[in-house]
Amino acid sequence: MCLAIPARVAELQENDTAMVELGGVRKQISLALVDGVSVGDYVIVHVGYALNRLDPDEAAKTLALFAEIGEGIAPEFLTPSASSE
Amino acid sequence: MKYIDEFRDGQLAQKLAADIRREARSDRAYGLMEFCGGHTHAIFRYGVQGLLPDNINMIHGPGCPVCVLPIGRVDSAIELAYRPNVILCTYGDMLRVPGSNRVSLLKAKAGGADVRMIYSSADALKIAQENPDKQVVFFAIGFETTTPPTAVAILQAATMDLANFSVFSNHVLTPAAISAIMGSGEARVDGVVGPAHVSTVIGSRPYELFAEQYHMPVVIAGFEPLDVMQAILMLVRQLNEGRAEVENEFSRAVTRDGNLKAQAMVAEVFELRKTFEWRGLGWVPDSGLQIREKYVAYDAEKRFELPYQSVADHPACECSAIIRGVKKPLDCKVFGTVCTPDNPIGSCMVSSEGACAAYYTYGRYKESR
Repeated sequence: MCLAIPARVAELQENDTAMVELGGVRKQISLALVDGVSVGDYVIVHVGYALNRLDPDEAAKTLALFAEIGEGIAPEFLTPSASSE
Repeated sequence: MKYIDEFRDGQLAQKLAADIRREARSDRAYGLMEFCGGHTHAIFRYGVQGLLPDNINMIHGPGCPVCVLPIGRVDSAIELAYRPNVILCTYGDMLRVPGSNRVSLLKAKAGGADVRMIYSSADALKIAQENPDKQVVFFAIGFETTTPPTAVAILQAATMDLANFSVFSNHVLTPAAISAIMGSGEARVDGVVGPAHVSTVIGSRPYELFAEQYHMPVVIAGFEPLDVMQAILMLVRQLNEGRAEVENEFSRAVTRDGNLKAQAMVAEVFELRKTFEWRGLGWVPDSGLQIREKYVAYDAEKRFELPYQSVADHPACECSAIIRGVKKPLDCKVFGTVCTPDNPIGSCMVSSEGACAAYYTYGRYKESR
């Protein structure tokens, strides 16, 4: 129920609703819980409602953080130990 | 797909796992509770536990809305569905949760009750408009993520003066559940992976209290595998350094204050219940929400004078202990034998966010401990 993924707003419609796109699938959702959404924004959709807008700058920061990970790691750490299954 | 694929990169996951193995101290254990069922699902789906060292133990928390609803509330919904002239609408997972005598809403539907699976609270409003001669009841469950959509539906019903629509509210609060788990001290929790979508609504501020009160590090994480692994790394670092702070890995969607518009709508429609019964946690004070007097016309509990009776879990089912993080699915003697996703005995086997369903679906029969 809580599993939801970011969807791109493809079209704003009447009555505070929007058409979103998820990998080619289009769905109508409600924008009643968010303000100031524009076409092209990414929103987190949950049970048919946008819960909030995704912040592209913060997403870029998190990805940049990931890119720095694992630099200069000794080889013994790069394979999971056999017993960890 | 943007904002999804980048957070599922396998090579990065290997590097993150290597970082976690490098930083986890071999002279101690780390008990990390992922509160939310969405994280439980991600951990199993992507095999995260298998990438972690043996001394990091993921404990599955009570954050699965279907799992924590007690049998008595399911029974009330079934009783309501059988009443003449009622159409009962609810989210898909709720249809399969067994109530007393293994009767579920799906069986009630097969027995002639008008039960309808909906995707959104807006669908229930639409059904009410299309069936003016029927009483349409929305059986509403869930944490802070599903509560705002229920509030919107009630506000819209009030605007439209929709007399044949009401809500059977079973909405519950995440902080109360975390407090109950921490307060009981049963599960050995050193750090918490904080919920993703719940936090988009309530923000990161409510967790600051536990971090301080229980000296407990909390890292709010997104639902993708790299998010979960990064949160684990951040928790390991906090524990190694003796810190107990609220950190936000999911900053692309979560702020400190959360979604104020959604919070205002919830506050307009709902108020705290004195106490609410949870499966696994029992009666927890100030942990559930009821509809305010102002909107009593839309409160199904009042409209239909619904009685409530506590019902004990099936004696063979360990859902309660699993929800509290005290036992694992493999400790339950009916897991995977009598109890399967096709034939669930307990609620943790119903929803994809339930620990038992996750173990069963992703074949995790061996564990690191």
